[in-house]
Amino acid sequence: MSGRRLPAGGHIDRERHLSFSFDGRRFFGHPGDTLASALIANGVRLVGRSFKYHRPRGIMTAGPDEPSALVELREGARTEPNSKMTEVALYEGLVARSQNRWPSLGLDLMAVNSLAGKLIGAGFYYKTFMWPKAFWEKVYEPLIRRAAGLGRAVDRRDPDHYEALHAHCDVLVVGSGAAGLAAARAAGASGARVILCERDDLLGGGLLLDPAHDAWRRQTIAALEAMPEVEILPRTNVFGYYDHNLLGAIEHAGDHLAEPAPHQVRQRYRTFRATEVVLATGASERLIAFPGNDKPGVMMAGAALAYIHRFGVAPGERAVIFTNNDSAYATAHALADAQFDRIVLADSRAASACADDVKARGIDVRFGVEVAHYGGDRVTLRARNGASDRIPADLLCVSGGWNPNVHLASQSGARLRWHEQIASFVPGEPVQAERSAGAARGVFGPGNAARDGAEAGAAAAIAAGFKPGAAFALPDADRPETPLEPLWEVRAQGKAFVDLQNDVTTEDIRLAHREGFSHIEHAKRYTTHNMATDQGKLGGLVGAAVLAEARGEPLEKVGLPTFRPYTSPVTIGALAGRAIGEHFQPVRRTSLHDWHLRHGAAMQPSGAWLRPFYYPKPGEDIWDAIFREARAVRGSVGICDVSTLGKIDLQGPDAATFLDRLYANAFSTLAIGKARYGLMLREDGIAFDDGTTARLGPEHFLLTCTTANAGPVLEHMEFYAQTVWPDLDVQFSSVTDQWAQMAVAGPRSRLTLQKVVAGLDLSNEAFPFMAVGEATIAGIPVRVFRISFSGELAYEVAAPSGDGETVWEAIIAAGEEFGIAPYGLEAMGLMRIEKGHAAGPELNGQTTAADLGMGRMVKKAGDVVGRVLGARPALANPSRPRLVGIRPTDPAKRLRGGAHLVSEPGAGKSLGWVSSVTQSIELSQWIGLAMLEDGAARQGQLLHAVSPLHGESVEVIVTSPHHIDPENARVRA
Amino acid sequence: MHLIPCPCCGPRAEDEFHYRGDATVKRPAPDAGEQAFYDFVYTRANPRGWHVEWWHHYAGCRQWVKVERNTMTHEIRTAVGPAEDIPEVQV
Repeated sequence: MSGRRLPAGGHIDRERHLSFSFDGRRFFGHPGDTLASALIANGVRLVGRSFKYHRPRGIMTAGPDEPSALVELREGARTEPNSKMTEVALYEGLVARSQNRWPSLGLDLMAVNSLAGKLIGAGFYYKTFMWPKAFWEKVYEPLIRRAAGLGRAVDRRDPDHYEALHAHCDVLVVGSGAAGLAAARAAGASGARVILCERDDLLGGGLLLDPAHDAWRRQTIAALEAMPEVEILPRTNVFGYYDHNLLGAIEHAGDHLAEPAPHQVRQRYRTFRATEVVLATGASERLIAFPGNDKPGVMMAGAALAYIHRFGVAPGERAVIFTNNDSAYATAHALADAQFDRIVLADSRAASACADDVKARGIDVRFGVEVAHYGGDRVTLRARNGASDRIPADLLCVSGGWNPNVHLASQSGARLRWHEQIASFVPGEPVQAERSAGAARGVFGPGNAARDGAEAGAAAAIAAGFKPGAAFALPDADRPETPLEPLWEVRAQGKAFVDLQNDVTTEDIRLAHREGFSHIEHAKRYTTHNMATDQGKLGGLVGAAVLAEARGEPLEKVGLPTFRPYTSPVTIGALAGRAIGEHFQPVRRTSLHDWHLRHGAAMQPSGAWLRPFYYPKPGEDIWDAIFREARAVRGSVGICDVSTLGKIDLQGPDAATFLDRLYANAFSTLAIGKARYGLMLREDGIAFDDGTTARLGPEHFLLTCTTANAGPVLEHMEFYAQTVWPDLDVQFSSVTDQWAQMAVAGPRSRLTLQKVVAGLDLSNEAFPFMAVGEATIAGIPVRVFRISFSGELAYEVAAPSGDGETVWEAIIAAGEEFGIAPYGLEAMGLMRIEKGHAAGPELNGQTTAADLGMGRMVKKAGDVVGRVLGARPALANPSRPRLVGIRPTDPAKRLRGGAHLVSEPGAGKSLGWVSSVTQSIELSQWIGLAMLEDGAARQGQLLHAVSPLHGESVEVIVTSPHHIDPENARVRA
Repeated sequence: MHLIPCPCCGPRAEDEFHYRGDATVKRPAPDAGEQAFYDFVYTRANPRGWHVEWWHHYAGCRQWVKVERNTMTHEIRTAVGPAEDIPEVQV
């Protein structure tokens, strides 16, 4: 027990106490604590086991850089694995469990892996578990999954609410440290619309770690809050920088609550389109590689400072600080403030201008020394001359320098530039409208960063078209620093880590190099360095430096792996937002939707539409209902909602010419008051879509297309009208939503309609097959089309959408004496397969007009989309798979869609495939449509439909696709 | 995500558009022969750098817009309506 709560200090509410549990033990903390600071205050040191070696790990950082202190947070459906306890705000009743230990955190039997380190070094997945192959599924994979998993995913539905929000602004400022606050204020003073994002719940970044700067911080925040055009978003982590100044962020709106109130948003996915961006993302302290640099007790020097000044906790009692730069001297002062028993500052450099102030407080400062080993309670210091000293310490603070957080700048497209003085990369020339400020570009210290930020904020506002606002007070200038001396690795006996979360050591990096994975991107993937949830923030550059040394090249030449979103893990729930379950996409409903629901329809999604599948009656199963509906149509009359078909109204002097070019067959020859089936090809000669088109006037047509292709067909028509034939005088528009359309089909459909249609003679002579006319039903003006999909005598009636239900009910009332039945998609599909009409499974983007038996329809000359390329020899080859019908020779056998057709069972060569199957009511057996090589020549042949998926093989006979009424007599009756 | 300056609607997000590709290929005359149509449908230069492309503003004005875009940097220089030509720029 070495950590403790300090009697004063920190941005915490000491008046209130929060209880929480970790691994079943109950503790107390304060509002303002993170789970990490509260555990340190309670003396907890060991918080997890490492990924590969199961080494004991403690808390290393105080923020998103944390590699080790990962927990499973919350319970039940809200359980969240791999939560960084340094980012988890404490709330009353918080429950967390350590991960990756078995059976318990203190006694982890898997730690034996540590001894096998030589066997499970870099690339061990690729080497060890290769042979024998049969072992993979049964032995290796379960073993790896059990031993190496980090957290456990939850398989229950996420009970929380998420939402998405998009905003525009003139200046987006990311980060609210000295640079970010000053940038936001400077931009805000110009009158620009400013959004300031801060991942933390408190604004201030590094200013929160120095009480001397708190007044300026509060003053600046107050000034920003008074600016109406400035929006401040705390708890909002910007995770990605995309094209054209679009940035993505997650606002953790409810993560700090035990449970969000009902309907309260847990996280908000925010996107910003900013005219100008200021990246004030600060810097991350980097690790030094030395044996034992992963032991509980090792902590980044800046994190120790944060625990003392931000949270009012002391992370130990006896400390060694190991540094190569001046920043850790602030930590030394803080440890002294926190009454540490002993503080040794081990500086690898020869001198520092900060030393005298520290020595004056009784701190033991040693220059020219390195930490050669840390065992968890004792630090081995080694001087350059070889002398060594062992110092008891429960806290080892490490600072290897600071890496500017260049992730977002790099994602924006800016190349990184090596900055010799800080031995790190900084953003180079901007590619998008962005600039970095403060520590994010290597300008350290609150005074320097604030000045840099103010300049960047003003420059961004000017670039966005605003005039600079009034000047404001900035913190005092910083004292000059003694330069850092790069120190990446202390070579000594033992494992020295460069990536703690994935257990990657300096030796692994060197092994990757020896085995040829010397490019930084290859070394990353081979060793998994940088690939964990902390994205290598601590040790990424250290690993690159080890690789550079192994390659014998300068670090700036080795570089860093590409920075990609996300800078921090993002939950899928936040990205999905409200687009889940039935809200996954907007639902389209026909104007008859409510009628279908009132009459018990089983609804089925069809693209974005919901369509009646069938209308079950009490006691009926699915096939009972389908058969009853189809029999009603074949035997008497049925009615079906076909409103979802795409409808395009086309007008203009050149409308007929346009259609002639658009369809494979001609439309200029179509008489007014008639409809014709049309097949549309793609330019490559493949069938695209089909439907009937009616001519309503000399220059007025109404096209229909399939439900699925309604959008693509309109887009296709717009492309040709606007870009290929702009000289044609034609206008068109989708009218799909304007018309409710219903198919009235069956031998008694004419008798039914004659009872309700006024103003149109429906007799066969006056209104033959393919006739089109206008009439009224129940006083509503309607269009009547004598077209058929079912193969029966049939009509389609189109009524204005708002009157759809009136017309539908009038027809149903008229058909009552004939037993009219509403029928759904399934009965429709059954009948179209019986009739042999091609639909989606046959118009599958691979079939030509000839494949579908419609080769003769295609015009042989003129400007027709798809004509030229459709005539290519391979597409015109008659042995291509052609549309045929198939039936099992044994009427008791069933067919399977997707089955392959072969000459005999076991034959290796597929001659084609079964595209559509159903149970025929007319033939009382399974029937199907298929695409079969040389199909036309194979009529009458016996083949076998094999479905290895079902272990079935059925003998079938090849027939015409028209299983019923091949003469097409019924539709003309 | 791209911000495309639609000549009719102003700057709009990429997700209001569908991409089609190369706008420099011209559909041949109906009697130009198979090779000409083959080139129109399949042959593309795939340039690295400036490229004129068709983008369909399906969720806006429904115009096919000609966009001059840099395939390497994603910078957009010009966007014009379907009947207009992209002005020549000396690179």
